[in-house]
Amino acid sequence: MSARIGIVTFPGSLDDRDAARAVRLGGAEPVALWHDDAVLKSVDAVFLPGGFSYGDYLRCGAIARFSEVMGVVREAASRGMPVLGVCNGFQVLCESHLLPGALVRNAHLRYRNRPARMRVESVDTAWTNEYAPGAEVVFPAKHGEGRYVADEATLDRLEANGQVVFRYLDNPNGAMRDIAGIANEAGNVVGLMPHPEHAVEALTGPSTDGLGIVASVLAARPASRTFDQPV
Amino acid sequence: MARVVVDVMLKSEILDPQGEAVLGALPRLGVNDVKSVRIGKRVEIEFDDEGVESEHSDDAAAKALEQSQIIADQLLANPVIENFTVSVLDEDAA
Repeated sequence: MSARIGIVTFPGSLDDRDAARAVRLGGAEPVALWHDDAVLKSVDAVFLPGGFSYGDYLRCGAIARFSEVMGVVREAASRGMPVLGVCNGFQVLCESHLLPGALVRNAHLRYRNRPARMRVESVDTAWTNEYAPGAEVVFPAKHGEGRYVADEATLDRLEANGQVVFRYLDNPNGAMRDIAGIANEAGNVVGLMPHPEHAVEALTGPSTDGLGIVASVLAARPASRTFDQPV
Repeated sequence: MARVVVDVMLKSEILDPQGEAVLGALPRLGVNDVKSVRIGKRVEIEFDDEGVESEHSDDAAAKALEQSQIIADQLLANPVIENFTVSVLDEDAA
């Protein structure tokens, strides 16, 4: 049985269909999860896609944090389930306190839409273990609120623990220490601003580097484990 | 009825590009003596305390203030990047 990767659709999500397609191209089975679902439908991992959940009202990701599905995602993440947040999904993970820091307006105030070159800084995560250490990848970036910020102590801790996962080679938004993506301490929760799900086919993407994300989570998948909440 | 105001401001160490943009526009108004502009949010919350007797209005205000602290801390502000203040709105002034 192929691995089941849940893809959450919040009201205002945009990239859920691309994420599902990328998951399928990567050899896993995409499973649609609705923001109002309080069950995980036997998925092995969860992908929080980009978009403008709840209209980005108040702060990006702030309202999504209180959705039914995030309650069960948070609980399963604490038991080791791999969770990936891309763009708005990264913002949701920070707002949900599954990842430290926050994402704020790009320093230049403009929406930035272009391929982002990054270095894979950590391969010790559920979502990057199939990349070569230090590999250069190109994923499309498209965001207005992608500047990663955290206090100096948190940034130092992220660096020391190897929790900086992706670093920009041409910082597009003013992110502190050129951080494009980070992981939690356990390495099962990863968030990044650029979009690996848009880099899976030569026809439509700047690279096919994004397939490594799905390959990694498949490699990280334990033989038999369910993250469904005991009923 | 209890009305509460929550003011949310970016912490001083967090760059406020919106404030910077406004600052940059001021010379075009002929204003050249402004050092800094910071932009925040003001949230007004009105509690539904129908049925609370008027002689207990102080209690209602205290409860509203307490709940507003929770609302501000958990939702309205992100403590990683923002500070907030909570105050009861003066009814006479409103």
